[in-house]
Amino acid sequence: MKFLIYISDYIIPFVFFLIITTGLSRKTNVYDDFIEGAKEGFKVVYGILPTLIGLMVAVGVLRASGALDLLSNLIKPVTDFIHFPSELVPVALVKMFSSSAATGLVLDIFKQYGPDSYIGRLVSIMMSCTETIFYTMAVYFMVAGVRKSRYTLLGALVATLSGIVASLLIANILF
Amino acid sequence: MLNYLWGIMIVIGIVVGVFNGRIDEVSNATLSSSKEAVTLCISMLGIMAMWTGLMEIAKKSGIVSSFTKGLRPIIKFLFPDIPKNHIVNEYIASNMIANILGLGWAATPMGLMAMKELKKLNKDSDLASHDMCTFLIINISSLQLIPVNIIAYRSQYGSANPAEILAAGIVATIFSTFVGVLFSVLARKLSKGDK
Repeated sequence: MKFLIYISDYIIPFVFFLIITTGLSRKTNVYDDFIEGAKEGFKVVYGILPTLIGLMVAVGVLRASGALDLLSNLIKPVTDFIHFPSELVPVALVKMFSSSAATGLVLDIFKQYGPDSYIGRLVSIMMSCTETIFYTMAVYFMVAGVRKSRYTLLGALVATLSGIVASLLIANILF
Repeated sequence: MLNYLWGIMIVIGIVVGVFNGRIDEVSNATLSSSKEAVTLCISMLGIMAMWTGLMEIAKKSGIVSSFTKGLRPIIKFLFPDIPKNHIVNEYIASNMIANILGLGWAATPMGLMAMKELKKLNKDSDLASHDMCTFLIINISSLQLIPVNIIAYRSQYGSANPAEILAAGIVATIFSTFVGVLFSVLARKLSKGDK
């Protein structure tokens, strides 16, 4: 399983290599296109700045007040039983409702424990395999005019939970 | 949703802060956190612009559209009720590719267009069609190749190797999507009688 860490080092360079060689062989202006697309990235970051300010303030307040420690101490007996770090329960729960709010909590974890700690790595893997359940369902079904969503919620919960379990197992094996 | 969540987070924080006698730290946290968000965004600019730049090359050179075409058989398997050459196939494929490549902001508009077309195919019923359920479950189980944001955050908070979690993340995301697909296929089979 350790090879997963070595492979990780290759992924970004490989994506670069693949895209740029394809671009060159199809004679597109790779550099011009890159510059054009990079401008788009500024707009994306500009768009998420207000959300980040709002949510980092909220999480900062929760952290400074001691409410986050209170919560994770409260659920510690249960999470210890299933070998899941109690600090990550708020992230997993909040992520179901809002991705940006969860991001606020993740940043707090990176700050408290460091991104290279066990918890930091686990939360990084978790965040790369789960999506907001209730928000996505609300927005998409509103557009479709659907009120009875049948088995969507159950399916989404099962998939999310299996993602969390997989993250936990992989993090335990690798780190 | 976020109106309650955000409001409650701050209210709880202040109340607990008063009880814990840490209101001075709470006060400082509001100031330092907002500053930190800006610092974070500035360092994110680089990684994000690098990624969107790279993706623009992929778009212009036709890589994205060939990926989209490659998805056709998979979409046919997942959404058997959709007519073969219907435009919704394109929307679903573009949405999935955008999600896989970490272009979340491009994925949502495509996803919403897909839902509008599925609504027409569902004859404006308020009961979700199987295709809608499958589409949402797969969307939520999130198949993502490179979580650009997470890499940027890890790098900002001093990770020695921000990309080291990439392969682990891919294994986890493939697993959760696989479970989501399995669930959708089974649920569709089990409720075959009613449309």
